Amino acid sequence: MAHPPKRSPAAQGTAPPYQALRGRPLSDAEFRTGVVTTPWTPTLEYAWDAGEAISRFLDGLQQGKILGVRCRRCGRIVTPPRAFCELDFKPMDEWVELASTGTVNTFSICYVTWDMKPLRRPQLPAVIEIDGTNPRGGFLHLVGGVPGRTVEEIRRRLRVGMRVQAVWKPAAQREGAITDIRYFAPVAAGRSR
Amino acid sequence: MSLIKRKPTRRVAVIGAGLSLFMRRALETGKELSYYAASQALETSGVRLKDIGAVVMATAPDAFDGVHMKGEWLLDGAGATRKPYLRAYVGGGSGVFSIISGWMMVASGLFDLVLVVAEEKMSSCQPHPQGAFLTIFDQIIERPLGPNLLWIFSLEQHRYMATYGIRNDDIARVSVKNKHNALAHPAAQVATEITVKDVLASEVVAWPVHRLMVSPVSDGAAAIVLASEKVASRYTDKPVWVQGVGWCLDTSYWGNRDLAYPRYVEKAAKMAYEMAGITEPRKQIHVAEPYDPFAYKELHHLEGLQLADKGKAPEDLAHGRFDRTGELPSCPSGGLMGVGNPIAAAGLMKVCELFWQLRGEAGARQVPGSPERGVAQAWGDLMQVGTVAVLGVE
Amino acid sequence: MPQTIKDTPLARVVRGKMPVQYLYTAGVAGERFFQTLKTKGVFMATTCRECRITYLPPRVYCERCFADLSETWSQVPSTGRVYTYTVVHQDQDGQPVDPPQIVAFVRMDGTDGGLIGRLVKTLLPEVHLDMPVEAVLCPPRQRRGTLDDITGFAPRQKSAPSRQKR
Repeated sequence: MAHPPKRSPAAQGTAPPYQALRGRPLSDAEFRTGVVTTPWTPTLEYAWDAGEAISRFLDGLQQGKILGVRCRRCGRIVTPPRAFCELDFKPMDEWVELASTGTVNTFSICYVTWDMKPLRRPQLPAVIEIDGTNPRGGFLHLVGGVPGRTVEEIRRRLRVGMRVQAVWKPAAQREGAITDIRYFAPVAAGRSR
Repeated sequence: MSLIKRKPTRRVAVIGAGLSLFMRRALETGKELSYYAASQALETSGVRLKDIGAVVMATAPDAFDGVHMKGEWLLDGAGATRKPYLRAYVGGGSGVFSIISGWMMVASGLFDLVLVVAEEKMSSCQPHPQGAFLTIFDQIIERPLGPNLLWIFSLEQHRYMATYGIRNDDIARVSVKNKHNALAHPAAQVATEITVKDVLASEVVAWPVHRLMVSPVSDGAAAIVLASEKVASRYTDKPVWVQGVGWCLDTSYWGNRDLAYPRYVEKAAKMAYEMAGITEPRKQIHVAEPYDPFAYKELHHLEGLQLADKGKAPEDLAHGRFDRTGELPSCPSGGLMGVGNPIAAAGLMKVCELFWQLRGEAGARQVPGSPERGVAQAWGDLMQVGTVAVLGVE
Repeated sequence: MPQTIKDTPLARVVRGKMPVQYLYTAGVAGERFFQTLKTKGVFMATTCRECRITYLPPRVYCERCFADLSETWSQVPSTGRVYTYTVVHQDQDGQPVDPPQIVAFVRMDGTDGGLIGRLVKTLLPEVHLDMPVEAVLCPPRQRRGTLDDITGFAPRQKSAPSRQKR
């Protein structure tokens, strides 16, 4: 931690429950070698069924298409696809081929891995609203093709609301996975929507 | 439109509360932490374990402590051996969901005295609890992207900022307020005096989130005792009544949701306010404990709780409205940002805070003006649950 | 939904893992139990006088009445009796265990609890419920303060008087 925590001495006895709170904090060193510990690594491996809707979505990705589904009752066209409309609680009515373009709903500039180690180049996760959805919505993916390393550099070239286009892996490398889209890249200014 | 069928007539009060220290890594097992909090709640209320009719436990994913069937494993430390026992679980929302579940057990007439305990021991999870948190992302269409838990927060914070033109300075103020407030909290793990500048100078982990905007990994427990009206009067002349409860879950398809506004918190709040007979929350709520796992969430949640206009909570914060001495003190405890974030225990810690605030017992943290009604709120799950409880002196 | 998948090979399956490891502390009670086992080779327990329960493995609280047991530590014998046992022929991956292992739950003398361990220095025909046994520990230098410090439980020598192990 960047800053040491302070426990106000007054707080120890003057606030409810007016009894000292119990707990024996350990430093990292004590935790690892100073007390009795038992290590264990569970083997947690999974084979997840994609289900009917996502299986087809993944097929679509392999073919270089982003698919959605429509419910005729509420009129929504949504992606990621689902087998049933969660609002009307009935099966979705049809598949819809959506565009490979969209809008950046939000993005982030991430400098750490999940176990908090520094990344050489920042990752740019984003929520992309896919064209053709109604109401506009979409899914998590990455933005790419944006040069720059610092927050300032990247923010000069990437903004919420910007138009982006899916950049696909070559057909031979696609396997029916969300990563068949390598990333979404900003559409050059001046190109028609 | 009414969100509930009928308000139950049997009244339920909080008559005791207890905590363990909140620590980065504790020697204690989860059972021992639960015992510290539960025994303190019992001792300070004068209730004996054998008089407790049932126990509710809130504890978030088994994967943090690394104990399968964690609720069942913890129960003897929560005083639940050979008692009716229920584990209330909605991820991070569990801390307030626990009092909602406990309330139901008393309001139904089944029990007169219920012990509610919340616990988390995240330090067991190596190399970092994020390994367990990653399962929040869809296994098929999100995890292959190599996500980081921080993404969810940074994406939501950025959308919130972009929608309303909020700046990071405005958000940094939450870290400053809460870490300062926590200096007066006996359980606090990360209380300290910092400035907005310090927050913005701290490492950018996932822009716009800076390191000092993130609550810590923690071990800890909290507990309260709930009593029916008749029984409460035997133990205390200052019961704190559960006036309203509400909860709501939104879709897990978070790319289909409006990230700038937690509509599920609004719905949960409206349900609780309806039960409590609150029509003007900003006037009728005197102290708030919204959930603040990240600095911006407190503001996000204050708006969902109808305590600030959409996009305006940062302004109100800058004007001092949410300070302990302000019009509507928010997180006088110091919140998760100041006290710590043992996931389920953090929400119940906020309920404990309201209990002490409404009885005038919060010591150096006491908000002035004899507050009579407060709201506690928690959030979590697949980032989609709002749990709300309104407590009051009448 | 049009185009229901009828041909299961078309249904996609995605594989993955949960990348977690654990490092468990023993707790306040466990820390003392295992440190004493390691350095002195004896078992410690806690006792609730109200409920007349002696806990092994020890706890800092009584699960019945919630009394604080932090000041009630005492040493208990390393002897006990087989409460139940089983013979293990396959490991958790279904591989044969050869020779089969006898695993018992041993109720430890002077306590209301017990420990699980292998029965050692004995043959299956000798084993019976209520059989008196005693803990066999690793040599002091090899103990690390874990359950593995107990190699197993062996039949108690009937002729020798019950003795404290060092």
